[in-house]
Amino acid sequence: MGAPSAAQAGTSGVVIIGAGQAGYQTAESLRQSGYEHPITLLGAEPHSPYSRPPLSKAYLLGETDQERLLFRAPAFYTDRNIDLRLNCTVAAIDRAAKTVTLAEGETLGYDHLVIATGATPRILPLPGAELEGVYSLKTLADVEQIEAALPGIESVAVIGAGFIGLEFAAVARKLGKAVTVLEAAPRVMGRVVPPELSAFFEAEHRAQDVTLHCEVRIEALLPGEDGRLGSIQLADGSQVPAQMVIVGIGVTPNVGLAEAAGLACDNGILVNDRCQTDDPAIFAAGDCASSAHPFAGGQIRLESVQNASDQGKVIASVITGGDKRNDIVPWFWSDQYDLKLQMAGLHAGCDHAVMRGNPEDRKFSIFHFRGTELRAVDSVNRPSDHIQGRKLMTAGVSPSPEQAADPAFKLTSLLK
Amino acid sequence: MPKVTYIEFNGAEHEIDLPDGWTLMQGATLNGIDGIEGECGGSCGCATCHVYVDEAFLAKLDPISDTEEDMLDCTVSPREDNSRLGCQIRVTADLDGIIVRLPEAQS
Repeated sequence: MGAPSAAQAGTSGVVIIGAGQAGYQTAESLRQSGYEHPITLLGAEPHSPYSRPPLSKAYLLGETDQERLLFRAPAFYTDRNIDLRLNCTVAAIDRAAKTVTLAEGETLGYDHLVIATGATPRILPLPGAELEGVYSLKTLADVEQIEAALPGIESVAVIGAGFIGLEFAAVARKLGKAVTVLEAAPRVMGRVVPPELSAFFEAEHRAQDVTLHCEVRIEALLPGEDGRLGSIQLADGSQVPAQMVIVGIGVTPNVGLAEAAGLACDNGILVNDRCQTDDPAIFAAGDCASSAHPFAGGQIRLESVQNASDQGKVIASVITGGDKRNDIVPWFWSDQYDLKLQMAGLHAGCDHAVMRGNPEDRKFSIFHFRGTELRAVDSVNRPSDHIQGRKLMTAGVSPSPEQAADPAFKLTSLLK
Repeated sequence: MPKVTYIEFNGAEHEIDLPDGWTLMQGATLNGIDGIEGECGGSCGCATCHVYVDEAFLAKLDPISDTEEDMLDCTVSPREDNSRLGCQIRVTADLDGIIVRLPEAQS
C-alpha cells in the first residue's frame, strides 16, 4: 500500500474524501487537466462512483441498471491512475501533519485535501421511524432495498413533497401502487419553486390518482399485524394505510470531519468562490459545502448535480493553476410523469414574474425578475427556455418581461 | 452486441461493442470517451451529448421527440441535419456498425 511519506512534500498528491458527483468530478477533471501526482478517491459506499438522479426515476422503473448508473467503467480509475477505494471511511483529518486517517487505521498524506462528503437524509423525528418498511432514498443501497420490497406492496406513502418524494410518487403510480403524499408545508416543493408551479404539480399528481395532503401533521408510524409498518397516524385522528414509507424531508450536510478539524462551518463547510476553506490546502465541494457565489451575492449551499460537478471542476482548475471560479448560474431538474421540470437561477428577492407558453399545453416557463434583472427561469417541458435562460443570466442580459412572455420572441437574439 | 464507432473531433476513433438497449451517451461515458458529457445523466435535459450521425444510419433511428427537437436547438456546436442527442439513441442490432462524429464542444 505505502502511504506517501511526508518527506516527499509536493508529491503526496490529492486525497478526495467522498466519491459522489463532486469527488468523482474532481478526480476526473484533475487528470483531464494534466495533473500527474497521486489521486486517492475515498468512497464510503460499496459501489464504483455512480449517478444518483436516476435512482428516483429511471432506475426503479427498470429503464436503466446498475452498470449504466456508473459515471465510468471501473477500468477508468486504473487507466487514469486514480486510487479508488470503496467501503472506505475516514476517521480524522490532521491539518498540521497534512494527513487523513482511515477508520481501519491507515494514514494518507496529502498536498491538497478535498472534502466532498455529501449530505445525509434527515430521519423522521417520530415514533415508529425505525419500523421495517420506512426508507430514505439517497443511495443505491437504499434503492436496492426499496426495489426488493416493492413487488409485495400495494400502498406507499411519501412523507415530504420535495423533488425526491414527488419523483418517487410518480414512479410508484407508474408501477400501479396506491400512493399518498404527506407534506407539512402549505404546498409541494415550496422551498424551491413558486406557488404557480406548486399548484400545477399538485394538480398533476392528483390527476394521476395520488392522494396528496399538504399542511399535514404526523403523530407516528404504526406497525401492522406483522410488526412491519402498517399505517401512519395523523394528528387529526385519521390513519393512512401504508406498507412502505419514503421519507424525503431534506438532508443535513456531512460536516463532522471538517468541524472536528477546526474548519469553519455554517450550514456547510464554508468555502470561497474557488472552493477553498480557511485552510489553503483544503477544499470542499458538493452538498456539504457552502460556497461564496457571485450570482447568489453571498454564501449558498446547493444540493444539485450541476453544483457538485462544477465545483469539482473548479477545484481541479485551482490545483492545476487555472482560473475557474464557482460562478455558474445554478440549475436543477426534476422528472415527474411526462413533465420535465427545469430550473435555472435563484428566486431570492424576485418581485415579479411572467409566463411564457400555457400551462394547459403542459409546456410553459415562468421568468422571474428582480427589478429589471432576470433572476430565475422555471420551465416545464420547454427545455430550450431553460437553456436560453441560463445563457441570458450567464451573460447578465435580461429580456423585458414583455419579450420573455412572448413565445414568438427569440430570446437568444438578445445575445448577439 | 451492436458495434458503435465514435469519432472524436480530433479524429480519434473508438470502436465499441454496446449491449442492446444502451444509449450512445451511456456507451461513451462508461468507456471514457471525453467528447460526450451527458451532464444531466441522460434525461434529455442538457444538450451535452450532441452527436452527428452517419447519414447511412439516420433513417434507422427513432424519430426526434419534441423535447429532443427543442434541445437540439441549444447545442453549443452547430446543429446539422444529422444532429442528434446521444442519450436519445438506444442501440439495437439494427444499428450495428453505426458511426457517430462528436462535435468540437459540448458546453
